[in-house]
Amino acid sequence: MPVVLRTERLTRLIGERKLVDGVSVEIRAGEVLAVVGPSGSGKSSFLRLLNRLDEPSSGTVFLQGTDYRQLPPSELRRRVGMVTQRAVLFPGSVYDNLGFGPRQRGEQLAPELARKLLDRVGLPGYLEHDVAHLSGGEAQRVSIARALANEPTVLLLDEPTSALDEASKSGVESLLKEIIAERELTCVMVTHDVAQAERMATSVLVLEQGRVQRHGTVGEVLHA
Amino acid sequence: MLNRFFTDQLYLGLAQSAAAGLVAFGVVLLARSRKVHLESEAAVALLRGLVQIVAVGSVLVALLRGPQWTSIFLLVAMVLAAAAISAKRAKGIPGSYRIAAWSISCGAGSVIAVMTILGVIDTAITALIPVGSMLIANAMNTTGLALNRFRSDVLAHVGEIETALALGAKPNESIAPYVQSSFESSLIPAIDSLRSLGIVWIPGMMAGMLVSGSRPIYAAIYQFVVMAMIFASSGLTSLLCTMLVRSHAFTDAEQLLLRGESH
Repeated sequence: MPVVLRTERLTRLIGERKLVDGVSVEIRAGEVLAVVGPSGSGKSSFLRLLNRLDEPSSGTVFLQGTDYRQLPPSELRRRVGMVTQRAVLFPGSVYDNLGFGPRQRGEQLAPELARKLLDRVGLPGYLEHDVAHLSGGEAQRVSIARALANEPTVLLLDEPTSALDEASKSGVESLLKEIIAERELTCVMVTHDVAQAERMATSVLVLEQGRVQRHGTVGEVLHA
Repeated sequence: MLNRFFTDQLYLGLAQSAAAGLVAFGVVLLARSRKVHLESEAAVALLRGLVQIVAVGSVLVALLRGPQWTSIFLLVAMVLAAAAISAKRAKGIPGSYRIAAWSISCGAGSVIAVMTILGVIDTAITALIPVGSMLIANAMNTTGLALNRFRSDVLAHVGEIETALALGAKPNESIAPYVQSSFESSLIPAIDSLRSLGIVWIPGMMAGMLVSGSRPIYAAIYQFVVMAMIFASSGLTSLLCTMLVRSHAFTDAEQLLLRGESH
């Protein structure tokens, strides 16, 4: 499988503090890389560097062989989608939210495509619903569908189920697992839950104080 | 009552200042009883205000005897001071002084220039400086409000802005609702002043013209002219300020700078 995302000595400093310290990894097409580690180990900081929401202090990222600094940030972020811990939806309808990404490129998301996305995330008939009335689990499903509407090559997941109640958690996790498999998405998922990493990922990266402690397949890292 | 005790205008002014200062200090004590501590800030502000206005009065006396072009330097100095004061409301916004200086100088400056050329503002220093200072002072307040509102709105909506960026939005699009709200809220005082003109308050300028013997109807009309100029210069300043601050909120790589925390 070709390498889709490659980080090269990726480092982020805030003052003297190294949030991410020289991380070099390769993520191949269809791979689901779980990034685990204790609180403050640099997991989310690493993820934010992958779609350039933060600027690396040194090092870089290659997306399908291209140094991402050569890509317009908006184009990079369309190709590297992100789902955050808490779903942040924009005021308006579910359809307004799904169409947000395409609108940025001057495109209109076809209602039929929006309906298909909603069916896929388990929210049939929600197209015209006001997002203000959605539950946490429903909002997270909408944010997943919204990220998919951009047809990303890579999907970044920042603890996508940690803010949900127990009932929604397993539903959203199964949904993500199915969608990743169906679309053969390349994923980088931050999680503090090792069991979730085991259920969803194909490889694991353990960070500690921003540095790579271990990196390998789930079996190599978690079962060794 | 005070004018019975003080025949000299200077001593009368000092006594009136002391009386007004005592009333203000009473309010500070009242606030203190409600556990709001304004003592040192209010004392410094009152003293500073008195020293500044007396200094300006003295400078005006000197300027009145000098050539007319010197008024430009005084207006420029006022703009720079106004920029420094309003920039303090923008803690954490990179380049806030430059933003404020450009906004006030272009916003208030262009209105002063056009109105002076049209003859709405007299070129005499005695007219140009007081009217110009009113426009600059109001532009300063507008800038301070716009920057302050922008800062607090952005900090409260970091999640929304970064979500928009992560979906491929351009910085201007991701921040548009907060630019609009800071523009609107910064103009509330100017709009309210215009609305309440003559009903809730009779501004000092009109009162001064009446005292100096102008026809009341002309004093009233000219006060409206001043208020309209204040509105125009405040609006233009706020528009420029919100446009400039928008571009300062992001890096060249379209990353939000104003986040309030380190990542």
